[in-house]
Amino acid sequence: MQPHSILARSAVYTLLLAGAVIFLFPFLWLVSTSLKPIEQTMSTPPTWLPRASYATLDGRRTEVTLDHPVADPPGYWHVTERQVSGTQPDQLTSAVLPVTAIETRIQPRWDNYRTALATMGGPGTTARGGTTSLGADAQVSFFTFLGNTLLVCVLGALGAVFSNAIIAYGFSRIRWRGRDLLFGLALATMMVPFPVLMVPLYGVFKGLSWIGTLKPLWVPAFFGNAFYIFLLRQFFRTIPEELSEAARIDGCSEWTIFWRIILPLSKPALAVVALFHFLWGWNDFMGPLLFLTRKHTFTLALALQNYQSQGGGVQWHYLMAATVVIILPVLVLFFFTQKTFIQGIVTTGLKG
Amino acid sequence: MTTAEKRNLRNGLAFCALWFVGFGVFTLYPVVASLYYSFCDYSVLQAPLWTGLDNYHRMASDTVFWISLKNTLVYAALALPLGMLVSLSLALLLNTGVRGMTMFRTIFYLPSIVPTVASSLLWLWIFNGQFGLLNWALRPVLGIFGATPPTWFSDPAWAKPALALMSLWGVGNSMVIYLSGLQNVPQELYEAAEIDGANAWRRLWHVTIPLMSPVLYFNLIMGIIGTLQTFTTVFVMTGTADGNPARSTLLYALYLFSTAFYDLRMGYASAMAWMLFVLIVGLTLLATKLTEKRIHYAG
Repeated sequence: MQPHSILARSAVYTLLLAGAVIFLFPFLWLVSTSLKPIEQTMSTPPTWLPRASYATLDGRRTEVTLDHPVADPPGYWHVTERQVSGTQPDQLTSAVLPVTAIETRIQPRWDNYRTALATMGGPGTTARGGTTSLGADAQVSFFTFLGNTLLVCVLGALGAVFSNAIIAYGFSRIRWRGRDLLFGLALATMMVPFPVLMVPLYGVFKGLSWIGTLKPLWVPAFFGNAFYIFLLRQFFRTIPEELSEAARIDGCSEWTIFWRIILPLSKPALAVVALFHFLWGWNDFMGPLLFLTRKHTFTLALALQNYQSQGGGVQWHYLMAATVVIILPVLVLFFFTQKTFIQGIVTTGLKG
Repeated sequence: MTTAEKRNLRNGLAFCALWFVGFGVFTLYPVVASLYYSFCDYSVLQAPLWTGLDNYHRMASDTVFWISLKNTLVYAALALPLGMLVSLSLALLLNTGVRGMTMFRTIFYLPSIVPTVASSLLWLWIFNGQFGLLNWALRPVLGIFGATPPTWFSDPAWAKPALALMSLWGVGNSMVIYLSGLQNVPQELYEAAEIDGANAWRRLWHVTIPLMSPVLYFNLIMGIIGTLQTFTTVFVMTGTADGNPARSTLLYALYLFSTAFYDLRMGYASAMAWMLFVLIVGLTLLATKLTEKRIHYAG
């Protein structure tokens, strides 16, 4: 639907540009906040670029915080030496200096990231905390959270590809009595809201003693999922029946046909399933919230939420830094797999 | 059955065996069990105790239940139409074939793959009444009219609109689906309509929308199912499953969760879950009935 006039085309372009800016702004604000020192996150009016001020106090050049302007003499600011960890607040020097004596430059605080990752798993500043206790005050390393998340994502993706390929084959490449009815049933399960399954599922996993482990998060992936079955079945149906027929005439078993013929032809669709499930595992919050109890088993999503509620007030700069770290891998993954992604959504959304 | 049919049946069942197990353990059993629990008093620490319709009676007189139901319906009424409108509009804009379409599509899609916890925290910060980005932009604009921007998540009247606005950041997924649907509309139909003298608006209404109706319907149903179960955003944003301020963001799934896992009243929570199930099926059927005649499955 090409608009013909220049006016129409520029209107479209303006709207798209405005939309793009609105959609991108949150990302920019996220990064900007993550690089500020705490007091600049709460400056009114808000600023975009983190700054640092330097002045000479007591003959030493140190970083200072601008506390407030002084009425008399005008153009003067009350500054305080910036607190370095370990110094007592009452030992900080302060002074009243003219604006000209204060040098302000743009300085992103990259060590916000280091602190955020170090404190994400509990109070304390060690980057690789060991688990001194298993309670709420345990110090867990960021890399533990990352490892847990990767485990769930990778094993889950493997399970999703393995099980759904086999199941979808059964639902599409073999004709058997009751097949379509059962497939309809499989699809219908997608309408059951998760809260209905939540409580008994918890009971099932409790009976298996899996609560508190990562198993409830990746083992079910090995048993099929209606969405992926549907996706792969759609794909399998596009493979000509003649290939299977010919192989059957040659005496191949169904498994051989599946393994040697169908599967190799399905790599793009399998990639979509793997990708989608990996992403789902990375983003999943409710599963970890329900089934994980000890902090050292937390996934990144749960750890991030936990980080928010840990400690007194919310420290937005650390929280945003942690958020950036969790979002970044997803964005990187997307950039490398864009085509597969979009193709997958299209396939499921259109035929649905 | 012939031997071939018997063999096919055996093979079919064998290949689908994993699904049978999964279905039985992770779907069928929980569905039946939760229905049973809904008629019981059940805290995980003890065996369920049959109490008949007690839970359902209690639901009827539970003000918090009705608050959560109302909240959820209001939120859905805000978020769903807005979401469909925005995602469809963006898709229509992208479909005009302007330069840089891929770049725009990426920009609009990216936020929808951001982890929900992450975007909830980010938007909580953006909506911050004092220091947030949104109010910083709104203050001068509203100042012209002598108004001040709302405090969003600290204001019961504005918390749900804030949630709905926030959900718009994630329309990328639907947008991509709509875009593909749009690209499947045959060009000849537009040309024919133009020859008949239809302007852009009439082309949209009489060609695009009808041919997009299956996709629109699919997204509507998925939207209903999804929106009514919103949990993570409110849990992250209100922290203690309270739905502050003043329970304005206490959505159904949140109340259900806290009833089950904080109050340990799993029987009651199961009754709530089944009510939700009934509600979703009911709304889906209603939506289907209302749009039945308008959906054109193009041959």
